[in-house]
Amino acid sequence: MTIKLNGDRHEIAQPLSVSALLVTLEIDARRVAVEHNLAVVKKAAYDTSIVKDGDEVEIVNFVGGG
Amino acid sequence: MSDLVIAGRTFRSRLIVGTGKYPSHAIMKAAHEASGADMVTVAVRRVDISRKTESLLDYIDTAKIFLLPNTAACYTAEDAIRTARLGREAGMSNWVKLEVIGDEQTLFPDNEGLLEATRVLVKEGFIVLPYTNDDPVMCRKLAEAGAAAVMPLGAPIGSGLGIQNPNNIRIIREQAKVPVIVDAGVGTASDAAVAMELGADGVLMNTAIAGATDPVSMARAMKLAVEAGRLAYLAGRIPRKSYATASSPLQGVVGS
Repeated sequence: MTIKLNGDRHEIAQPLSVSALLVTLEIDARRVAVEHNLAVVKKAAYDTSIVKDGDEVEIVNFVGGG
Repeated sequence: MSDLVIAGRTFRSRLIVGTGKYPSHAIMKAAHEASGADMVTVAVRRVDISRKTESLLDYIDTAKIFLLPNTAACYTAEDAIRTARLGREAGMSNWVKLEVIGDEQTLFPDNEGLLEATRVLVKEGFIVLPYTNDDPVMCRKLAEAGAAAVMPLGAPIGSGLGIQNPNNIRIIREQAKVPVIVDAGVGTASDAAVAMELGADGVLMNTAIAGATDPVSMARAMKLAVEAGRLAYLAGRIPRKSYATASSPLQGVVGS
């Protein structure tokens, strides 16, 4: 199944939690924010928010800026 | 010299600096230390999934330095609000440097969008610090909408032109009931001093330090300039006059 991850197509084998998605992407959950279908996912809900086929996910972090 | 207080939070430094465009993260860290700043701005961007890069946060001591996420490059209130919400979740603070840009070439703010986004975010419990025009009326409207401070530009972002409309900055300070932070346009230390002498409560800058030939030395220069400007403002400068007034006694001149 395919999701849209940061604007690009991304294949996942099966529906998975935000936590699991971050693990597969090797991303430290403490330093990012995640948006799932346009709604911000609170860190406490990472285990229970399930990403499915066709979903849109944005994962952001802090970069240099003014 | 008193501390800068915004929304009940106290900052020891009146200089706020950015984290963008430094030659390296290590130079940024050293410049931050030299600046004495205890608040720095950061941008919120998509994680690069394909490429592992160093985290900016490895180079910021967040025990000492407060992170202020911005909404840079947002052109609508909607995008700025979305970015602010993500920044809150990534940083675990409800502060935002709110930018709603209205023009690509000048990066001047879109006043309508800025006001709308300020209202929405204040209602959601954010501490909103809007980057705005050097317009006293706009600053008043933003403060009335609940902005915790107003951040009028001195000149276009990254231009280094210095304070283009000093009189407006002075009027904004006289009228505003919230702290006034001059944000953008500073080119060198004297520009920062001018902003502070006009009464600004603080100065926010990025390119002036990060783009200097020696960012660490410029950071120290900015620290001193902000302190000097603040002291001069509090000390009360002499009035401007067109003609000379002698500093030495006119009596007892040899040969008179």
